[in-house]
Amino acid sequence: MSETLLDVRGLEAGYGAGRVLFGIDLQVAAGSVTALLGANGAGKTTTLRALCGLIRRQGRVTLAGQRIEGMATEEIVRLGVAHVPDGRGTFTGLTTEENLRMGACTRRDKAGVREDFERFYEYFPRLKERRQQQAGLLSGGEQQMLAIARALMLRPRLLLMDEPSFGLAPKVVHDIFRIMRRVREEQKVAILLVEQNASLALELADTAYLLETGRIALAGPAASVRSNKAVRAAYLGGTA
Amino acid sequence: MNAFFAQLMAGLATGGIYASLALALVMIYRSTHHLNFAQGEMAMFSTFIASMLITAGWPYWAAFFATVTIAFAMGAGIEAVLVRRLRNAPVLAIVVVFVALLVILHSLAGWLFGYAIRPFPSPFAEAAVAGGLLSPHQLGAIGVTLLMLALMYVFFRYSPLGLQMRATAENPTSSRLVGVRVNRMLALGWGLAGAIGAVAGMMIAPVVFLDVHMMSGVLLYAFAAAVLGGIGSAPGAVIGGFIVGVLENLLGTYVVGAELKLSVALVLIIVVLVAKPSGLFGKAVVARV
Amino acid sequence: MRKNLFVAGLLAAASVLPFALPSYAVFQATMVIAYALALLGLNLLTGFNGQISLGHGAFFALGAYVAAMLMEQAGWPYWATLPAAALTGGVVGYLFGLPALKLDGIYLALATFALGVATPQLLKYKGFEAWTGGSQGLVLMKPEAPFDLPLDADQWLYFFSLAVALVLFAAARNLLRGGVGLSLVAVRDHAIAAQAMGVDNARVKTLTFGISALYTSVGGALSAIVVQFVAPDSFSVFLSITLLVGAVVGGLSSLSGALYGALFIQFVPQLAEQVSKAAPWAVYGAILLALMLVWPTGVAGGAARIQTWMNTRSKS
Repeated sequence: MSETLLDVRGLEAGYGAGRVLFGIDLQVAAGSVTALLGANGAGKTTTLRALCGLIRRQGRVTLAGQRIEGMATEEIVRLGVAHVPDGRGTFTGLTTEENLRMGACTRRDKAGVREDFERFYEYFPRLKERRQQQAGLLSGGEQQMLAIARALMLRPRLLLMDEPSFGLAPKVVHDIFRIMRRVREEQKVAILLVEQNASLALELADTAYLLETGRIALAGPAASVRSNKAVRAAYLGGTA
Repeated sequence: MNAFFAQLMAGLATGGIYASLALALVMIYRSTHHLNFAQGEMAMFSTFIASMLITAGWPYWAAFFATVTIAFAMGAGIEAVLVRRLRNAPVLAIVVVFVALLVILHSLAGWLFGYAIRPFPSPFAEAAVAGGLLSPHQLGAIGVTLLMLALMYVFFRYSPLGLQMRATAENPTSSRLVGVRVNRMLALGWGLAGAIGAVAGMMIAPVVFLDVHMMSGVLLYAFAAAVLGGIGSAPGAVIGGFIVGVLENLLGTYVVGAELKLSVALVLIIVVLVAKPSGLFGKAVVARV
Repeated sequence: MRKNLFVAGLLAAASVLPFALPSYAVFQATMVIAYALALLGLNLLTGFNGQISLGHGAFFALGAYVAAMLMEQAGWPYWATLPAAALTGGVVGYLFGLPALKLDGIYLALATFALGVATPQLLKYKGFEAWTGGSQGLVLMKPEAPFDLPLDADQWLYFFSLAVALVLFAAARNLLRGGVGLSLVAVRDHAIAAQAMGVDNARVKTLTFGISALYTSVGGALSAIVVQFVAPDSFSVFLSITLLVGAVVGGLSSLSGALYGALFIQFVPQLAEQVSKAAPWAVYGAILLALMLVWPTGVAGGAARIQTWMNTRSKS
């Protein structure tokens, strides 16, 4: 039974005057994949942003026993939390390789960084091909891979992923999820995965949460969430 | 032809001066994507500090390095106290704050140091050099400019800190997401710009003499140089500086007369910004839609 | 209703002013009017239309010199120089607005800054010396009241300027209320949406530049007539900065802001100068900073807030 890496209690957040999250409870176990599902506007992206401190939030957020809900984004990141934001967040003016170097900019172990470069170029050969190219010229799928690789360069304990499948062709999405499976096996990093594509997410995940208008509506092991009738009807394309 | 050549060399000499202030402008732009209208006054103020130290008996180089350090601290301080609050402010607010800074530094210098013109020493010995067309100081100033350029180039291109600063200027949020302490980067950028400006001021003062109005015209030429070279490019700023210096001198002597030299800068700025905004060497950043 | 009473009261006070005050104060009041017109121009461009100008001193200088040259060198009557200044300002402003179309935000600020810095040199240009008087400038004769009215020169000029200002302010008000005004603001706030709705952004922006320069030139012309003197060094970049200060302090997106700002730039430096030579600019700078960081809507915005606050109080 792996320990809880991320423990969230009563998370509230919003933008300006509007409240989006009304008290979220969730846990992510070390090394596991947790899916956060829900329709558009349910608050999934807001949850990730709140967790890494990009927006004002209230509640209790504990990372491996340490309270992080009051910390600045860059300090949370330095504790080992990497975020692949929606929109990728690529440094479009820098080269591919520079983007990856930025991912590792807080690390002190040069040898480890070199190792990781090689490893991720192996995961994502297209990135290796384009490593001196300006990142803004990469295709959507390549930028997504770059965003993931950059996040992994941190050697995080927890990887927050926001809609990796968004706007990508099915084949590309398939590739990305295959890589994520590999990452999960080889990297032993915990993943909190926000996805609109529920079936893909549930295939990969160990645990799943369903978010509806800012509240957790359902939680449990991925298998049971997948077989839940209401979920199947609303998010998985009907009963089968 | 000799007269022409002499004008050319004189243009290169003044161009070197413009280039050094332009480097400070580029530094601010590269670290924060701002155009700092107060850069000239910051440099002037720092030069006055150096003057005070030298008058108090400090040897030149001690005063020089002390001033550079103080200027660094001032720049970083201004960023931390003022500029930081403008993070998401509209352009107008940013421009107004920079203008306010210009005005405050100008009046502060006047109040603290008075309005009398005073000379400023040059560290370059009065040896006869280079066929006598350029004075030792002019050569020395150009040398200092080129040295700063080399340092900046290496810094941004090859050092990890330089990469972090570039990333921060381009996308502060993503920089946070990889753990960059963005506030420190911004303060660092302004501090470095303050330091570079101080050096520029100390190179200019021996030539034009030190007073509160020293930098008003120079700032405009420096902007023209930076814009011409490509506002994000340090080598571009230096080359731009030389071009502006030569153009100003040649046009001023042979075409429009000495009184219209500033107009050369004006026209240059407008023409470049309208026709080729990325300047000669700036990168036009392409984003794939 | 309350607003109309306020304006009427203001007008009444304004009409009595020149009889109650000494000559020098009347002169200052007339300068306030000139500045108010200049600031109105800047407000239109920067506040309502969102194009930043750090060089409006150039248009002020343009109007001043057009008036001075026509009066001194061509013998025109003072009142005829105003339309000339307006026309020249409008055309030059429009022409400057053309390349300005391609300049965004801070780059436009830079270009106008360059204009402001270069202005004194342009005015000193030896080629124009015969007309401009070069570095010495031009001295003008003060116009007398016409039709043997029982007013001294200062008083007459005051009423003349007041009349001109009222007409121009009313025109600006109508402009802003009409379709053009809406386009102006639309282009500032949502350029893409405005374009999608059929607004010709380019035309609106260049026209606004022209109108803005027109107003500021008229202000400059009036100031030249009142001061009776123009010289290049009075029109340095610090004049442009002063105008910006006035516009920001008074309140950018408001007509009344032009008046408040004019009062500010006319009187505050005089008071501050008593403290020290450096003080006026330090005061400008400090107030600009305070406003940007704390109270961005300026005096007019503050007045509007007090108005709303008073309204809500009277209702409860």
